[in-house]
Amino acid sequence: MGTVLTVRDINVYYGAIHAIKGISFDVNKGEIVTLIGANGAGKSTTLHTISGLLRSKTGDIEFLESSIARTPAHKIVAKGISHVPEGRRIFQRMTVEENLQMGAFVSKPERIAHNLEYVYEQFPRLKERTKQIAGTLSGGEQQMLAMGRALMCDPRLLMLDEPSMGLAPILVDQIFEIIQNLHKAGTTILLVEQNAQMALSVADRAYVIETGRITLSGTGEELAKSDEVRKAYLGG
Amino acid sequence: MKTFGKRKLSPYAKDSAISYGLVTAAFVIVSILNSMGLVSSSLQGQLVPICCYIVMAVSLNLVVGISGELSLGHAGFMSVGAFTGIVISGILETSGLPDVGRLIAAILCGAIMAGVFGFLIGIPVLKLRGDYLAIVTLAFGEIIKNFMNIIYAGKDSTGFHLRTNPDLGLEPTGRMLLNGPMGATQVQRIASFTAGFILVLVTLFIVQNLMNSKQGRAIMACRDNRIAAESIGLNVTKYKLMAFTVSAALAGMGGALFGLNYSTLLPIKFNFNTSVLILVFVVLGGLGNIWGSIIAATILTILPEALRQFADYRMLAYAIVLILVMIATYNPFLRSRVMMLRDKIIPKKDKPDEGRKPRTRRKKSGKEVG
Ligand SMILES: Nc1ncnc2c1ncn2[C@@H]1O[C@H](COP(=O)(O)OP(=O)(O)O)[C@@H](O)[C@H]1O
Ligand SMILES: [Mg+2]
Repeated sequence: MGTVLTVRDINVYYGAIHAIKGISFDVNKGEIVTLIGANGAGKSTTLHTISGLLRSKTGDIEFLESSIARTPAHKIVAKGISHVPEGRRIFQRMTVEENLQMGAFVSKPERIAHNLEYVYEQFPRLKERTKQIAGTLSGGEQQMLAMGRALMCDPRLLMLDEPSMGLAPILVDQIFEIIQNLHKAGTTILLVEQNAQMALSVADRAYVIETGRITLSGTGEELAKSDEVRKAYLGG
Repeated sequence: MKTFGKRKLSPYAKDSAISYGLVTAAFVIVSILNSMGLVSSSLQGQLVPICCYIVMAVSLNLVVGISGELSLGHAGFMSVGAFTGIVISGILETSGLPDVGRLIAAILCGAIMAGVFGFLIGIPVLKLRGDYLAIVTLAFGEIIKNFMNIIYAGKDSTGFHLRTNPDLGLEPTGRMLLNGPMGATQVQRIASFTAGFILVLVTLFIVQNLMNSKQGRAIMACRDNRIAAESIGLNVTKYKLMAFTVSAALAGMGGALFGLNYSTLLPIKFNFNTSVLILVFVVLGGLGNIWGSIIAATILTILPEALRQFADYRMLAYAIVLILVMIATYNPFLRSRVMMLRDKIIPKKDKPDEGRKPRTRRKKSGKEVG
């Protein structure tokens, strides 16, 4: 099983704020790896650093055996890391299908039709709404659209930042079902969540982040059973 | 735009064809009326400026409406284009080139020079966002104006001279082309209404093709949601810079034509008031709405002249008209009526750009036009 992503000792600052204090972890091919932690722990910052929007002062980030620590953000997408940012960032004024087409901006044009079909297969809800203006979709549908758009560029690694945030429980279930489907289809996923219970239930491996440091790691099952995690994140 | 949204290509192509047709029709009608002597002499004098301001408004719309960045220094690029055009035309005066050739050369050089300025200014400016960006574009507009104030240029038998002080050491037979704060004098007026019409068509062609291209989609995506645009691998700065540079180059074209329409031109003409005036065209016509820009630029250029009979109350009347148009345009009821009417005339298609909230409401433009 090959390693897709290796993050080694990254330190990230927002001006004087030291947000990430020496984090290291890796993601293997075909895995779902989850980073869980409270609000403000540094989960999104970690994803932003991987996708090149922020830079680490130390260490290295390797993707498919080459360093991407200095690669510009737009080239990292082309290399195969697709990032679904927190908070349903969609193109409000474009239709569902136009949003999806935009997702394939960096990939080969001949892949678009095939990938569109794949996304509609994974997200039947989107297929019923191809011509709808994205801004008029419900919250859950917008999250699905953001995820579908990220799949349009044939990602080798899909990074999801709190896909369940602000969704009703039934939609959370649906989103996690889709995550599992993608996993079964072979997609490698790095999942960031505050909803530790759901995340641990689908993850192969997990890391707990607290104020910029990794404090625990293990398989999803192990962490779900561990006392510390139960106390801090699973309500006892 | 080969693979991107194929189904959209034909309605867009149709849309573009309609706009070229309408502009051409307007040109033909005005030309016929003019040849029949039915156009008043004051309006005749406005024909070229109207074309210039249409080019200015459409090009600014590319930045403010399509790319979503408020720019307050558009007159600066007009200025670069105007004085470049005047210098080029002046240099070529004795070359034996026909007026048309000189005009084309002047407009092309004006566009290139303004495009270069736009690119160089865009690099630092587009690192900023929102209000900061607006203020810095304002500052650059003023810098360009002051820069033009210290440029002296002239030519004589030894060639072309460019300095930042009046002492060019010209031969007695030489001719001053740019005279610092006094601007350009004795400019040969080679601009024509036909040239203006062609320039409007060229501008429409460039802007509409850009909007419907893959790059145009990317520019609008960066406007709609910067974070999402970054997440799909768009180089946001690159696309913003592309829109800004193309806009500046088009403004340079408009400026060159404008400059060659008057025998004298002062650098101070292209001040903040002119930038705001162009912005008013764009906001009134609707952000991202190319036709709106064309109509607003035309009406608001004619209006001050038409109001001349009100003498002292002219600017007051102008401001009131602006306010009334603004109220009417942004009245939800009236807007929905207009939409319905438009959908009847032009079959419905998904317009990405209906969020035309005015980003600034400036009711007064301050200066008369032309
Ligand atoms: N743009 C920013 N500027 C300054 N500090 C920030 C910024 N974004 C996040 N932070 C800080 O960095 C820390 C980690 O934030 P973040 O990665 O967003 O946490 P999480 O995603 O785990 O909720 C927090 O203390 C937060 O306040
Ligand atoms: Mg976060």
